[in-house]
Parts: sequence; C-alpha cells; structure tokens
Amino acid sequence: MLAFDTLIAARDAIRAKDISSTELTRQALIRIDQIDKGIFAFNSTWHTRALERARDVDNGRVTGPLAGVPIAIKDNLCTSTGTTTCSSRILRDFKAPYDATIVLKLEAAGAIIVGKTNLDEFAMGSSTENSAFHTTKNPWDPTRVPGGSSGGSAAALAAGMCCASIGSDTGGSIRQPASLCGVVGLKPTYGLVSRYGLIAFASSLDQIGPFGWKVADVAQQLQVIAGHDPKDSTSLTNDVPDYLAMLEQPIKGLRIGIAREYSLPSGIDPQVQSAVDQAVAKYRDMGATIVDVSLPHTEYGIAAYYVIAPCEASSNLARYDGIHYGHRTSEPVKDIIELVSRSRGEGFGEEVKRRIMIGAYALSSGYYDAYYLRALKMRTLIKRDFDDAFRKCDVILSPTAPTPAFKAGEKTGDPLQMYLCDVFTVTCNIAGIAGISLPCGFTSGPQPLPIGMQLLGPTFSEAMLFRVARMYEASTNWHLRRPVIAGAAA
Amino acid sequence: MSESKSLSLDDVKHVAKLARLWLDDAHLRRLGGQLELILKYVDQMEKVDVTGVEPMAHALPLHNVFREDVVEPSLTTEQVLANAPDRDGPFFKVPKILGADEDSAG
Repeated sequence: MLAFDTLIAARDAIRAKDISSTELTRQALIRIDQIDKGIFAFNSTWHTRALERARDVDNGRVTGPLAGVPIAIKDNLCTSTGTTTCSSRILRDFKAPYDATIVLKLEAAGAIIVGKTNLDEFAMGSSTENSAFHTTKNPWDPTRVPGGSSGGSAAALAAGMCCASIGSDTGGSIRQPASLCGVVGLKPTYGLVSRYGLIAFASSLDQIGPFGWKVADVAQQLQVIAGHDPKDSTSLTNDVPDYLAMLEQPIKGLRIGIAREYSLPSGIDPQVQSAVDQAVAKYRDMGATIVDVSLPHTEYGIAAYYVIAPCEASSNLARYDGIHYGHRTSEPVKDIIELVSRSRGEGFGEEVKRRIMIGAYALSSGYYDAYYLRALKMRTLIKRDFDDAFRKCDVILSPTAPTPAFKAGEKTGDPLQMYLCDVFTVTCNIAGIAGISLPCGFTSGPQPLPIGMQLLGPTFSEAMLFRVARMYEASTNWHLRRPVIAGAAA
Repeated sequence: MSESKSLSLDDVKHVAKLARLWLDDAHLRRLGGQLELILKYVDQMEKVDVTGVEPMAHALPLHNVFREDVVEPSLTTEQVLANAPDRDGPFFKVPKILGADEDSAG
C-alpha cells in the first residue's frame, strides 16, 4: 500500500515533509508495475515525467493544493505527454497536440499525473468491456467489472495505485464505477468544469469529475478543476464557491427526497436496497426529514438518453475519418469516401458502431421528429420533474446502481441489459444537475462487494452535496476498507 | 410512428452509408437486429403526451457565446500535421475527392 493513499492526507504529509513527493510517486509507480498486469486499470504510465515533476515539488519549484500527490487521468482527456487513445483502435497512437484545461489546472496545482486510465471505448459503456485494449478488473473481485466507462480511474484508485483520479460522466460513467469500486465519485453540474480537451462523446451531457476515497478528497479536486474557461463555450461564468470551508458542518433541517419511481425497477439487488434503506435510516437518526417525492418521467430516462447521446455521438465521432489523425485503412480504396468508410469500419468497436448507427438513424430525414426531437422534449419534462422535486427536498437519495459489480461477460450478450444499469444515473446528465456516489455498504458472502448510494442535488449544489455526503461518511467506516490485491506487497 | 420499426437490410445499409461505416452484410444484419431492439425500447417515449412541451437541446441558459474576432495563438502547421496518416508538405494526402462515388460508403 502507499504510505498515504488518500489525497488530502498525502498532500499534508508532503507539505509537512513526512514523506517526499518523489518517494510517494515512486511507491505509486512500483505498485502499478507490480499489480496493474492483473487489473489493467492503465492504458499508459508516465514514469519519467511523474518523477521529474515529483522532484520539482520536492525542490519547491512547484506548489499548490495538490502538490506532490499521484493522480490518474482517464484516457479520453487530451494530454501533450504520451498518447490519448479513448481506448479505441482508431486513436491507438494518437498524440494530442495540446493539454485539456483540467490537466493544466491539475498540474498547476502540483498534482503528479502517473498515467492514463482505461475506459469503455469513447466512454460508451458501463463496464470497460467495450475497451479495444482490455477489460479492467474490479480490485474487490477480479472476476467482476469495475463499472464504466471510467472503470480504469475507479479501479486505479481502489487498488491503491494513486491517491485520486479523474473520470468523465455522460450517463453515469463516474458515479456507477465509483459505486462498484467502493469510492466517492462526483458528476458536477453541467458547465462547471471545462470540457476543453475532453474528447467529446455527447456534448450536452459530458462532464469531467473526480474520484477519491473521501468526500473531502473529491471536494478538493473539484476546487482545482471547476471554473469558467473561455476555451469552452459551454462553460459557466458563475463564481466557484469554497467547497471545503463548511464541509464538516452538518445541514440542519436537511430534507432527503426519496423518489417513489426509484423503487419500481425490478432488477434492484435486495442487498443494495437494504444498504440504501439503512443509509436513509441513518440520515433520519441524524435529524433529517425524509420526504416522498415523485419523478414521473423516470421510466423514460434511459430511452431519452439512448436517443440523445447516440445522436450527439454520431456527430462528434464524424471527425474520425482516417485523414487528419488516427487509424487509416491500408486496404486499396477507389476514392475518399471508401477511405473514410473503411477506416471507420476497421477502427471503431461494436458498441461505438451501434451508437453511431442509432444516432444517424434518429437524426435522418423522416425520423428526426419522432426520435431526436421527441427525446429533447422528454429532456424538458425530466428537468421539470427535478425542479419540482427540489422545491420539496434538498437532495434526492437512491442507489447508484441496481446491482453491485457484475461478472465480466454477464451483460455483454445484450446491449439493452447493459443500458439498464444506468437507470438511476442518466436523468442527472439529461437535466444537467449534480450527482455524487459514495459507499454505503458491502454485500455479504466470501468476496464482499461495495454498494454505493447516490445523492442528487440542483445545479450548483456541490457545496451542499458534499456536506450531506460528509454527514453520512463521518458516522460510517466504509471508506476505510481496502481490497486485498493478489500479488501486491500488501 | 405507432408500430415498432422493422429495419430491412437496405434500411441498415442506408444508415451505414450516412454514418460512413464500411460493414459487410453479415455484420449489417447483426447490427440491424440490435438496432431494432433498441429502437423498440426507445419507442416507449411515444406514450408521453408532449403537447406544448418545448425541446431542450441543452441544460444551460447559455446562448451565443462569442469572443472578439481577434487572431490568437493557435496550433502550428507542424503540430496539426503531426498525427497525419499521410502527408505531403503542409497537406494531408487523400485519394480522389471529385468523382467520388456515394456507393463507396459500403
């Protein structure tokens, strides 16, 4: 294990000179070398650069709120170091000519990036099984998936290969892997974090967000990466609050909303339901009022998402044409259209092709009104549901995922089965509101698996969400548990 | 659109052409079957009365975010061409464009 495996503890220890950044970074890199061949969390590692930057921190040349702390970055974020692959054959050797804004912000704050993590190809999936390179293994049980699409980032943290990590969330891709890997993960309000340099999947849904073992670690990362960016025209200009100042202060008169529609999906694992029910009881013991709310259009969330996201993806992925970058076919071609079509046919995986096809169909002449336009109207209704509910409660609590981590291969036979994992997470992206997942239990049995609960809050409610999450975390011990990794030096 | 869409092989080929995806017939058939299932699932949105509901493309109340029309530092030609699969000086090299055949999309 790393001497300090949580972000703020590591940062403070480095500041106090209890450990050097070089030593902690070395430990992280050694651990990656030792165990990642059994976990496959990383697509690439930055040994040389990480140690150079660690030296810079130790020499006092680089300072900041994250100074010296090893952190992993999802491989759909452009970095001028190394490759940015989106776990796709079509970008296997791509070297981005610039850094994503959040990468610059993290490095300016002193963070030590140790590598780029695995994901479902182009962020499309819920298990990393759609990665063109490997399926990441869940550190709690290597026969199971870590969730997705940010499965690599969640697993890298859970397996102790870094102190924090960054993912992206379009329909649940931070929150669901956080839940399946027993860590905290946040999808910020849409527009709070710059998307400049995030390789686009669905532009109106994508958001970058942090993973951490503790709520405070996630809040600290958000403090660094949030804020207006003139290079992202969907970036908000609101002032960023201080997320840490009031974190330890419980919310008096807290109203927790439970949506009656969330108890309807029949696939919820009874242990998940039980853990979440117990969390609700804990909040009640702390003085919170539990309020019954309704989100009437919940059942259409996945349908709306699996129209909107593929439509936007079909447009965003049109740029992968074998001409400017990325895979180009070596088959003989008679003209440019064949070049483009063959390159894309060879370079994209199955799920990506599926979503591009759905999107192209739903946007095509004759079908645009029935599918895309209708889905955008559903979006208005879903947003309205949340606006109405948040008049009656401060946060909405639910399971993050209907089940704990499932076995690799269990859901790959039927795309729809995989899509239904997202039932609690997609509406948050559709409405642009904030959502956080935190651990609330473990399954019983010989190989316990983490269970996560989700808190949803209105736009810009991150400071409040963190406090509500911290109230629960402060009275529980889930965040202290660590998986036992085979082949690790403890 | 009151009954679930059934996709013929030609329908699927048409979409693949729009999406510029080269796929053989077996692959097209398999994808076509999966698309039908997904489209059938999303068709349930038809049950909702959306009369008078405005479409929302975007969660934010942001419109027309512009900057001044002033030249700012950008990528150099070399940076832009650095990942090019085939280049000729400052150009990306491609097969013929004029006279390209729509059917080449597969």
